[in-house]
Amino acid sequence: MPSEPITKIRSNAFTLREPNIDTDQIIPARFLTTTERGALADACFRDWRFDDDGQPNGHPLNARDPETARILIAGDNFGCGSSREHAPWALKDFGFDAVITSRAADIFKSNALKNGLVVCEVDEASHAALLDRAGEPVEVNVIDQTVTYGNNQASFKLEPFARTCLIEGVDPMGYILGQSAAIARFEKGRAA
Amino acid sequence: MSADPKTLFDKLWEAHEVVPETQAAPALLYIDLHLIHEVTSPQAFTELQTRGLPVRRPDLTFATLDHSTPTTPRAPGSKPIYANPAAQNQVERLEENCRRNGIRLAGWDSDDRGIVHVIGPELGLTQPGMTIVCGDSHTATHGAFGALAFGIGTTEVGHVLATQSLLQRKPKTMRVHVDGELRAGVGAKDLILAIIAELGAGGAAGHVIEYAGPGVEALSMEERMTVCNMSIEAGARAGIIAPDQTTFDWIEGRKYAPKGAAFEAARRRWSQLKTDPGATFDAEVRIDASAIAPMVTWGDSPDMAAPVDASAPQPGEGEAAEALAYMGFKPGEALLGEKIDAVFVGSCTNARLSDLREAAAVMAGRHVKVGVRMLVVPGSQAVKRAAEAEGLDAIFTTAGAEWREPGCSMCIAMNGDSGKPGELVVSTSNRNFAGRQGKGVRTVLASPATAAASAVAGAIADPRRILEASHAQ
Repeated sequence: MPSEPITKIRSNAFTLREPNIDTDQIIPARFLTTTERGALADACFRDWRFDDDGQPNGHPLNARDPETARILIAGDNFGCGSSREHAPWALKDFGFDAVITSRAADIFKSNALKNGLVVCEVDEASHAALLDRAGEPVEVNVIDQTVTYGNNQASFKLEPFARTCLIEGVDPMGYILGQSAAIARFEKGRAA
Repeated sequence: MSADPKTLFDKLWEAHEVVPETQAAPALLYIDLHLIHEVTSPQAFTELQTRGLPVRRPDLTFATLDHSTPTTPRAPGSKPIYANPAAQNQVERLEENCRRNGIRLAGWDSDDRGIVHVIGPELGLTQPGMTIVCGDSHTATHGAFGALAFGIGTTEVGHVLATQSLLQRKPKTMRVHVDGELRAGVGAKDLILAIIAELGAGGAAGHVIEYAGPGVEALSMEERMTVCNMSIEAGARAGIIAPDQTTFDWIEGRKYAPKGAAFEAARRRWSQLKTDPGATFDAEVRIDASAIAPMVTWGDSPDMAAPVDASAPQPGEGEAAEALAYMGFKPGEALLGEKIDAVFVGSCTNARLSDLREAAAVMAGRHVKVGVRMLVVPGSQAVKRAAEAEGLDAIFTTAGAEWREPGCSMCIAMNGDSGKPGELVVSTSNRNFAGRQGKGVRTVLASPATAAASAVAGAIADPRRILEASHAQ
């Protein structure tokens, strides 16, 4: 289904500096038994946010304002590990609209962009500077592929089709279904 | 040398391009085999239903139950007891989705059921030259057969169900050339842990790795699967190994493999699936297999691995220091002798018959240390039957280990099998992420031999010492 176009995200930065934050941290496997979508906010970073007795702890994620801190600045190699799409679903449900990092894992990036979670991979110097800007305003421009913070600007590069899908609300399933004739030809060619 | 030398990956890619990629759009890639399981498929089926779309090729789709399923021993005909109602609901949803869409399911009553990456090859579904996808990052396992196999997300599972195709940008290529042969007591798991330690957890991001060289050619199919399985732990999109006689011999006669003249024709076709001399890769890495010792991880990322007889590193601060602190290991302290609470032999990495034999060879005539719990979870019903036929189950149970039903078990800990907070687990699985095996559980990745030796010692142990003692007797 076509989605709402996403062209610009303005919000405050929320930072998680740790490198190699894997998708088991973003959403522990015991929450993967769901057959639905849209209810994973509680599961997001669950074991970082709650103690063994089930009480919320002092992690900054629990003090974050989901209305104003919607841009996550995260350490290198973010989203590594499992291919679970529940990871970007959980981040979206928790109230993040963009992740800025120096490098995101391939499958995570692909999954995130299909769910309107913009993943911006910026150069290391900008990344380091952004990690020091918790709480400060950041703007992600999907059209120009820039991240603006203070008087600085960093650029990132989205896969062109994923970018088009974001800014025009294109539905990838609809796009592939539009190639049905080519798929049928391919199948016929192999059977011959 | 051919005019336009190609890598094995290039050949696999080009043979499946429905529409080549352009600047504006990725390639549309045809998928030959779509493996599905209960965890990453329900929302995809819902998407098709909402849009009123049928499954395009149920005949190229195959389902199994593995992630959410309990592995507790079960009397024939009795119902499985799930960890929770949600797990049961998820399994029943897949059963229903398969029924409604005419998809083959290796379900509870099937002799074929098992971990998706164990049964695909075992049933002969996995064949050289194929494109294979599954909503699971360890799908690269099937690359051991010279197939282009990779993990996808649930939205993409929906795309493949509806169109048998996938939008993909062509990845880069990396060749990991392995010289030399593995020494006694050192296995494929040690080799891949050493490779990941060399590359780093994100070192192969954006690349498809081809494992090549004499050290790879010498491996059995089971060992090749263990190597390709963990490609994702270096960030790779996929891992592949060119098929050879070892591959063809392994496939011949399997349930869904071509038979008779069709097999001969396929074998001739499959023989072409190799990298041409002179083809170039975006990156090249060389590893000497003969220099590798049994490996264990000391941190909470799979690239934090070291020889079992090495000491924990002495990092000043930062990631490595935090990882050591999580593991409860002291900088510079020997890893050998660290007391453990549990051992897990299983997972899509190391739950095949050869893995169970490797663990059993260490366990035979010995006992699991008092106070240590050991779970042995075969990768499939077929592995379980074969292991029982040669008495491996008796070796494990006599030694005090638990012999379970097939499933993902403690690798993912969403099915009732998990460690307790603070426990140190030596595990033959693929990820040592914090909490992967249960909240607060500390995981040491190792080979089946190292896991078994550690179970006996009640501490991280070097399997070579036990194996040498066995030979001396």
